[in-house]
This record gives sequence, structure tokens and C-alpha cells, in this order.
Amino acid sequence: MSSTPPPAGRPQGSPPVAHEEAQREFQLTLSGFSAIDKPEYEDYSRCVHCGLCANNCPTYRLWGREADSPRGRIKQMALVDQGRLELGESFVLHIDRCLNCRNCETVCPSGVEYGKILELARAQIEQKYKRPLVSRIARDFVYRRLLPYPGRIASAARALKIYQRSGLAAVARAAGILRLFGLQNREKLLPRIDSDFFFSALGKTFPAKGTRRARVAFFAGCVAQVTFSDLNRATIRVLQANGCEVVVPAAQTCCGALAAHAGVRDVARELARKNFAAFLSDDFDAIITNAAGCGSTLKEYAHLFNEDSTSHSRAEKFSAKMRDITEFLADLGLTAPLRPLPVRVTYQDSCHLVHGQKIREAPRRLLHAIPGLDFVEMPLADQCCGSAGVYNVTETETALELLDRKMDNVQQTKAQIIATANPGCILQLRAGAALRRTNQEVLHVVELLDRALA
Amino acid sequence: MDSQLLRDLKSLLGPEAVLHRPEELMLYEYDGSVEVARPNCVVFPRTTAEVLAIVKLANQYQTPLVGRGAGTGLSGGALSRKGGILTVFSRMNRILEIDIENQRATVQPGVVNSDLSAAVAHAGLHFAPDPSSQKACTIGGNVSENSGGPHTLAYGVTTNHVLSLEAILPTGELIRIGSSALDTPGYDLLGLFVGSEGTLALITEITVKLTRLPEAVKTLLAIFDTLDDATETVVDITARGITPAACEMLDGWTLRAVEAYVHAGFPLDCAAVLLLEVDGVAEAVQQHAEEVADICRAHHAREVRVARDARERDLLWKGRKNAFGAVGRLSPTYYVQDGVIPRTKLPATLRRINEIGVKYGFQIGNIFHAGDGNLHPLILFDARDEAQFRGVVAAADEIIKFCIEMGGSITGEHGVGMEKDRLMPLLFSEADLDVMRNVRAAFNPQGLLNPDKIFPSKKGCGEIHVRPLPLTGAPSA
Repeated sequence: MSSTPPPAGRPQGSPPVAHEEAQREFQLTLSGFSAIDKPEYEDYSRCVHCGLCANNCPTYRLWGREADSPRGRIKQMALVDQGRLELGESFVLHIDRCLNCRNCETVCPSGVEYGKILELARAQIEQKYKRPLVSRIARDFVYRRLLPYPGRIASAARALKIYQRSGLAAVARAAGILRLFGLQNREKLLPRIDSDFFFSALGKTFPAKGTRRARVAFFAGCVAQVTFSDLNRATIRVLQANGCEVVVPAAQTCCGALAAHAGVRDVARELARKNFAAFLSDDFDAIITNAAGCGSTLKEYAHLFNEDSTSHSRAEKFSAKMRDITEFLADLGLTAPLRPLPVRVTYQDSCHLVHGQKIREAPRRLLHAIPGLDFVEMPLADQCCGSAGVYNVTETETALELLDRKMDNVQQTKAQIIATANPGCILQLRAGAALRRTNQEVLHVVELLDRALA
Repeated sequence: MDSQLLRDLKSLLGPEAVLHRPEELMLYEYDGSVEVARPNCVVFPRTTAEVLAIVKLANQYQTPLVGRGAGTGLSGGALSRKGGILTVFSRMNRILEIDIENQRATVQPGVVNSDLSAAVAHAGLHFAPDPSSQKACTIGGNVSENSGGPHTLAYGVTTNHVLSLEAILPTGELIRIGSSALDTPGYDLLGLFVGSEGTLALITEITVKLTRLPEAVKTLLAIFDTLDDATETVVDITARGITPAACEMLDGWTLRAVEAYVHAGFPLDCAAVLLLEVDGVAEAVQQHAEEVADICRAHHAREVRVARDARERDLLWKGRKNAFGAVGRLSPTYYVQDGVIPRTKLPATLRRINEIGVKYGFQIGNIFHAGDGNLHPLILFDARDEAQFRGVVAAADEIIKFCIEMGGSITGEHGVGMEKDRLMPLLFSEADLDVMRNVRAAFNPQGLLNPDKIFPSKKGCGEIHVRPLPLTGAPSA
């Protein structure tokens, strides 16, 4: 199949083609998508444009426009595929603005796999659209030169740590330099770099406490190793306390979720293959992550590969073992004794847990298991907080608007602690608490369990 | 479109609230139906004053004007058949006042149906009309289409829950109709405006009744091995003087599609199920539920399940409310017919629908509000195949003609819109239709507001014209 248009007329004397074939040829000529990594008709046509998704979509709720609703975005993909809409600025704008929170999948009665086709639409943009130079350089740096390399993440983190700890950050804030560049809110979104990176735990095995109930592998993440080392250690402690031997395979790497979400699928595939090698060489009961965003991609690695490839079957093998920490603990059952934590807690559903992995009850069950903990639901807990991977960096204004709405709902609960299930959401909600000066703590569910360990 | 009009609209609403480029307009050529029609521009007012100014501009430029809520309609009511300005109310979505003591709320038209119910749930109240699209559809749209839902049987349709409206006539006057009192002196204009499918006025504010949530609810699922047993059960229940809050039927084929989505434990090998709900005070509910179950068993129900808690009840309803979309999993396109028959004719009508399916070679699923005889046959087809599309239209028309023969009607709740205007002469004489046209002309004399809807054009009288192919994901060949 070629994406270059064939000549307008058929050459003289060529045999007549069957009607269906001519039709197919015609469609190929018209489509604004290339043949590789494209949203397929069979997938996007499952959308019967009933519109039930609209009011669940954060961007539709903000702007009320069809172009920024799931139904409208699918329609735009269909129009590009039909050759009725150019794969140009407008298409890119609306596909970029999608949070990929997948709330629409939860509400869709037709079972449209929106996340899958959105990522394919982004893969088409990556192939066929020339972004402005600055954006190209930034994307190339982040997706191709930084995230796949743990060493580079560590170096960047050290530099950022110097900025945060040396007093430079305070100077920049005081001098109004950040305000000058409109970065004062963005700085609040930056993670605080850990003093002790998690990399040192790679290759280690942590024994189970008491009788061994399971032997699991821990997926440590990439950026999380320099900003969420404490969360990772807490996760391991909770697993150990509940009778799990935890292995942290040394050869593991970034999951590739951010690359896949951005349509940079070659990088995502490469990372996936490295992880297959790191985790499939041993027979674990489960592979555990505490990052819902990573988990969702790790469970869907198969989407990255052709169905008949070896990588596809390895992906299926890998994904069958993947468990979110909340899902795993709730299924395994907590055996470690817990002491009371008399605090009021509300829970923000991480989109890639509740909508991506359909896990709604497990984190709530774990919170309810902590004695003395006063759990209060917030309204619209499963609406995105605006973090959405790198969205709070690429679409900061929208991310902050969503965060503002989220904090309104959080405040109704009068909770002292906001619990969630994904590092990205933690950063975003911490920024929310900081912007509003609420003094609330933002913690992963597993960190609360860790605190309650007797 | 007149570029001066676009400039005027932009200076009125701000450039961000006016869409006019083709790639933007293409996203307003569809709703939840298979109809297609594209406006020349789309505007997003935030206030009544802005809507009024839009109407005045439409008059000044003699441009057609159509209102739209969330675009979930099923008869093309919110599509611009003659181009012009499409006024989308998605940003007029504020709840203006909630009066718990007097059980009423005033809302802007873009408020989503279930959002209003959620906002008053803490006080034990809800907005009773519950179309299956209630998670997305707007109250303005409900008023325009006089929407019903599964609980229409006991609670009535939208018009039974509207107290007053603020509206703007296409001639540019701001009017208020109805009042907060239950009966209003003068003509019953509410009855006229609610369900006028956007042809008489643009609605800018709505005061609705809020209904107390019932003290007790029991939801039953009765499973049948034959369609006839299920339909005869419905006839019998109502004949015994029991009015369930809801009485929904799904045939076995549809149920299997739904089960694949909701995993509610619906049986996969039955011919039909009835989803029955009784509500009210606790003692009566218990007694009615038992009576209903007995009647089901008397008609050979294989099993009658009673939802044990709110979770089980929600699961049963999730199956029903998402049934249309769940069918989307099985076929690239479907066409939902909306017909009404007297409920005593259910068995015969269902048999006939099956025959029509066989005759045209289509799979037809049946989902309907059995209690009030409102049928929703779903015809599965592939929109990319033009012959199939024409076949679907013919089959759907044949079903509707049978409904009329049975003493029924051409639409129960989806509206006439641009889908069934051509069928109106089957139900009404030319004199009947002229009365309605004259009413429309009294408010909408130039026909600027939502033109070419509801009534067939005079010259095409009696002839059924074939509509253009829809573009549901189909490559433009």
C-alpha cells in the first residue's frame, strides 16, 4: 500500500479492476492518513455519534464545543480518513487538546476504544504534520533523547535539584523572573527532586515478611525514580508487609506511555521490547506498578504491535501479569496489621486507573481498610484533575482551569488528605493545594497504607 | 454566508464564540440520528440578551436560525436544514435557582438533565423526565422535543414537569409563558411550546418541577422464552390496574448485545425480558412487586429476578439505558425507529416487525417502553452500502405504516424533525396540517426559525422522497 496518490486516470489497456477494488483504491487515495498506525474504520465507526460522552469530557465541559468532545474528535478522524478534512492545524489543535483521560470510554455504550484510536491519530500527526520548530525540538528532546535514558533523567534531575536547593529557585521567585515569563504557576507544577534516587534499588530483591504469599516484580518508572523514590519505597514496604517478595529487575526502563500518548510509537515499541526482556525472563506472580498512567500503557502494550508479530504475543504475556498496586493488594487481601489513622481523606480517581483500567473500587476498599480513616467522596471524583501526563506542561492554562474546578470539589469534602493513585495526579493536586494554600497533603493510597503499618 | 453578518456576530459574541470555517461546521452537521445537514455558522451565546441580539441579526439578514443543545436528538431537530445560524446552548448551562421547599428549579437551557437531578438529590428530589441520553442531553432540548423516558409511564413526559418558560420569538420579542402556579390563566401556551421542536421560539430559561424521589423502589427482571408471553404480560399488568413506574422490554437478540457491554448477568438464551419497576410507599411497593411477579409467572416467565440493592438496580438500568449504543458494537450503523401503538396490539406488532425484518433481510432488535406502547425497533445496516440504506428506509416506513394501521402514531418521543415530516400526511389530513402550519406562522411568520421541519413541503404532498445517504463514518465515494 502506498500513500502517494496514483495518477488520475488508469493507463490505457490495463485490465478493468473489480468495483470493490476500485472503491478501495479510491478510498486510499482520498484518506488523509498514511497506511501505517492509523485509526481503523472498524474501530472509529463503532461510534454511533449518540453524544452520551460529551458531558463526561473535561474539555467539552469547559468549552461546550463539538470539536473538543470525544464524538467530535472521532468525527474529525473519520473526516480526515475520508479525505474531507485536511490533517492540518485545526485537526492537530483539537487532537492535542484532548487529555486522553478516557472518561468517554467509561460512559460509551458502544465500546469505542477511544484511547487507542486517539493515540493512532497522534501517530498520524507525528508522521504527516510539521509542527513549529520549537515544539519539534522540545518533543524530540523529551520523547527521544531524555525519557528512554535513565542516566540522562538522573543528570537532569541533579541539575534541577541544584536549582531547587541552592536558593536559586527562591531568588528567581523573589525577582519576579518566573512571573515575567508567565512561569510562576508552572513552577508549582514542577516535581521536587528527591535527595536519594531510587536507581540504587534496581537489581535488588526485598524479602517478604512472614510467610511468602506471592513473588512479584516491581516496575519502578522513569521520572518517578528521581521524584517519587519515597512512594516507590513505601510501595515495596507495603508489599513486603503483606507477604510479598519484591524483585526490582535491573534491566527495566521507562514504560513508554508518554511517547505512546504523543504518537511517538517507535520509541514506545523499543521501550516495550526492553521491558519484555527485563520482566519475562523470570516467572513472577505479578508485575506491579504504582503509576496508573504507566500501568494503563503496560496493560495495553499489545496495541503497539501487529497482531501476528512475536512482540504482540510477548506483549500479551507481559500485560497478563501487570497489576496496579491497588488492584493487586485489594485482590490479595491485606494481612499486615494496621494502626488507626484518624484523618479525613478524599480520593481523586486517576483517569488511567478508573477509565483506562476500569479500577474504581480497589483504591476505595484499601482506604476503608485503614482503621479510623474518615473517607469522604468528592463530587465528580472521576473527572480529570488536568495533570494528564505532560498536558499540564503543554496546555498549562487548560490544566490549571481543570485543577481549579477539581479543587472546588475537593474543598467541599473538608478533607485533610487528598489520596490518589498516580504520580502525575499527585503533582497536579499538590500544585492545587499550594495555589490555594490549603495545607492539604496529597498522597498515593499506598503511602497511606504504609503510614498505617503497625 | 454574508460576511457582514459574521462580523456582526463576532462583535456581539466575541470571535471565539462564532464558528464558520468548514472544518468547524462539519462537526455540527450531525446529531444522534442518521440525518445530515450543515449550518453556515455556529454561535455560542451565554446570556438571554445575546440570544435576543442573535435573533434580531437573523431577522435583519433574513437568515435561518436553529437552536441546539447537546446534539443527542434522534430526528434531526437540531440540524440546520437550510443553513444559517445554529445557536448552541452548551455555554448557557447554569442552574439559576433551586427552590427546595416549593420543589422547583430555574435553569438555563443548556443544563444537562442528569446534572439537575444530581444537584437536588441531597434534598431527595429529582427532575423526573429521564430520556436514555440524560447523562448528556440538555433540558432545553428536552423541552423542545417534549422528551420522555422509561419512567414516562408513571411520571409523564417533559411537558408535565415544566412550569414556565422564557423564550425569544423568531420575530425578536422576549416572552414569558406559564407561571409558577400550577394553572395559568389564558391559553395553555406551555402545551404548545413544549414539544414544538424548536419551530416556535428559542428557549432561554426554564422553570421545572422537581419530583420527590420515591420512598421505595423495586426493580424486577422477568425472563421469557417467547416474545408473545412477554408482550401479553404487559397487557395483563396494565389491565389489572397496576401502573408500574416503568415497564421496558428488550428482545433476546438486543439483550445479548447489551450483556456483552454491561455484564449484568442477563440470560443469553431467552426470547425477551421485561424490566419492571414499581415505586411509592414501602408497603404498597412490596405488594405491587409481588403481584407483578405473579402475573409474569402466570404468563410462563421462566424466572423473575428482583434487584436486591441499589447496585443491582443500577446495573439492570445501565443495560436498558445504554442499549442503543451497545448495539453499535454489532453493526457499523443502525437506524432507530420510534413508533407508538396501543399496548394491546404489542404481540401482533412485534410479529409484524419480525416479518418485515425477514422480508428486507435486516436484523431488527426491539427495545421499547412497553408500558406505553412506544416501540424502538433498531435496524442494523451498513451505511456505506447505498442499497442497504434505501432498504432500511423502506423497512422503517413499513413498520410505521403498520403502527398507524394498529391505531398508533409515527413517533412516541423522538420527534418528527426532518426525519418524519414526509410521514405526517399518513396521520393527518391536509386540513389538520394547515391548522398546525397556521399556528407556526403566528409565531414564526417568515419561517426563519428551524425551517423545513415537522411539516412536509406542500408540493411534495403524498410522495415519499428518498433522503440522501448519511455520512456515518462512510468514505465519501
